[in-house]
Amino acid sequence: MPVNPATPGVAAAPSAGSSPVAHHTITLTVNGTQRRMEVAPWTTLLDLLREQMELTGTKKGCDHGQCGACTVLVNGQRINSCLALAVSKDGAEVVTVEGLAMDGTLHPVQAAFIEQDAFQCGYCTPGQICSAVGLLKEGHARNADEIRELMSGNICRCGAYPNIVAAIEQAMQQAGGSAR
Amino acid sequence: MIRFSYSRPGAVGEAVQAVQADAGAKFIAGGTNLVDLMKYDVERPRRLVDVGALPGLDRIEEADGGLRIGALVTNSALAYDARIEQRYPLLARAILSGASPQLRNAATTGGNLLQRTRCYYFYDTGTPCNKREPGTGCPAINGVNRIHAILGTSEHCIATHPSDMCVALAALEATVEVTGPQGERSIAFADFHRLPGEHPEIDTTLAPDEIITAVRLPPQGFATHHTYLKLRDRQSYAFALVSVAAVLEMEGDTIREARLALGGVAHKPWRDPAAEALLRGGPATRERFAEAAALILQAARGYGDNSFKIELARRAIVRALSQAAAGTPQPVADKRIA
Ligand SMILES: Cc1cc2nc3c(=O)[nH]c(=O)nc-3n(C[C@H](O)[C@H](O)[C@H](O)COP(=O)(O)OP(=O)(O)OC[C@H]3O[C@@H](n4cnc5c(N)ncnc54)[C@H](O)[C@@H]3O)c2cc1C
Ligand code: SF4
Ligand code: FES
Ligand code: FES
Repeated sequence: MPVNPATPGVAAAPSAGSSPVAHHTITLTVNGTQRRMEVAPWTTLLDLLREQMELTGTKKGCDHGQCGACTVLVNGQRINSCLALAVSKDGAEVVTVEGLAMDGTLHPVQAAFIEQDAFQCGYCTPGQICSAVGLLKEGHARNADEIRELMSGNICRCGAYPNIVAAIEQAMQQAGGSAR
Repeated sequence: MIRFSYSRPGAVGEAVQAVQADAGAKFIAGGTNLVDLMKYDVERPRRLVDVGALPGLDRIEEADGGLRIGALVTNSALAYDARIEQRYPLLARAILSGASPQLRNAATTGGNLLQRTRCYYFYDTGTPCNKREPGTGCPAINGVNRIHAILGTSEHCIATHPSDMCVALAALEATVEVTGPQGERSIAFADFHRLPGEHPEIDTTLAPDEIITAVRLPPQGFATHHTYLKLRDRQSYAFALVSVAAVLEMEGDTIREARLALGGVAHKPWRDPAAEALLRGGPATRERFAEAAALILQAARGYGDNSFKIELARRAIVRALSQAAAGTPQPVADKRIA
């Protein structure tokens, strides 16, 4: 499979000649699998995942950066996929909620969400889980107050917050007491 | 979203040229403000020039005793940089009080400076707005204006600049380094954002074809006496109604140097040289802080919904100066006001 390297300065090549609104060919590694795709410049990463790749685990809540339902990990960092243009992520590694489990074993954060009953309707949950995975990786949260602050980018309309915090505390402890 | 073309140049000169050549072109960095505004049809660029691949702009470097922050450094990378935490804690705390971790991971230094107002009418293309469509009027003045400005307003616009980071940068007297078709120049932070006056459609003194390459911090970081106090309707993930960045240099109980910048109250981070002069050389007492607050708010004007901001700002200024003088900055995660 041909690869577009993520070298700085290498622009995604317009694939439709001189058309002013050309589509672009980009390469993304999504949940470990490298894919080459045609995208329109105005396609957000969220729409690419949901509509073009049929990875509908990632949710669209507000589409404006205000709820966190669309949170995914790009190059290891949690971002709102609704505000990211897919074309600008050429060469990136993307992990969605579908890519967290390994060989049929849930990610510790997923397992903790189940054990702590950290959801009701479940709509915000994929975003909460991806966000929590990002939070643990960042390693800046040391206590429940800091977990709440650093999870504030994920709104839960059902108000499952206490159990979400408990789940993240559990996953943090399993990871060795520290947040890393 | 509207249709547009996209390019990602690999050199600053190329990026400037691409925007200069097309009046409908705009730079894009993290996209967290621009993509949002494009979805609302408020911004309608014909071409986006992505600055994300420009080399060397994602670094924080030592420069003349201070730091040079590349325009592509993300808000997260900046706030958690050990040099920023140790030498410029005010800046770290202001950034961490804004937006959410996900947004801060994507948002860049340059983009934060150029984010646009959150005025409800500006966002609603079904209403008039002088900032969005010059000459159509300002419905906020006699309308819903809880989040609007109380200082430096004009009869044409009462919008605020929503950034937290910029309030800290104003207090720290940063400079903005830019490159345009004519070459490079630097802009003092106080001159970067402007008041609305007759032209609320223009937020800053940056030309449309100029690119921000870096923000420079001077050596003085006020690491001992500082605070960023942010007051808002929700305790996190919400814009400031009023915020205060306060930094002091103390000699015993006497204030040697004082800088105060206010957010959420004006079209730009608000500083008042007279109030800072009043504090300099004086005692760090509540009475003196209240005098400074009165001086700053002397010309403040409420428009109805936002009139509460005058009293809120008065108290926030006194509280922030007390926190800074005592060396007990407002914690970011613990929401009790220290
Ligand atoms: C829900 C939500 C809540 C938020 N809350 C807060 C908050 O509490 N406090 C706060 O401070 N901010 C907040 N923000 C705003 C956020 O900080 C900004 O959106 C972000 O900093 C913009 O950076 P960006 O890189 O994504 O900019 P972009 O969206 O890419 O660009 C913004 C503007 O800057 C221009 N631009 C970008 N880089 C350059 C450059 N190098 N040179 C010239 N022009 C450039 C673009 O043309 C565009 O006009 C919030 C945003 C959202 C969506
Ligand atoms: S305050 Fe400014 S941005 Fe808001 S409606 Fe009036 S002119 Fe537009
Ligand atoms: S859908 Fe992206 S933040 Fe709500
Ligand atoms: S579980 Fe329903 S929105 Fe969070």
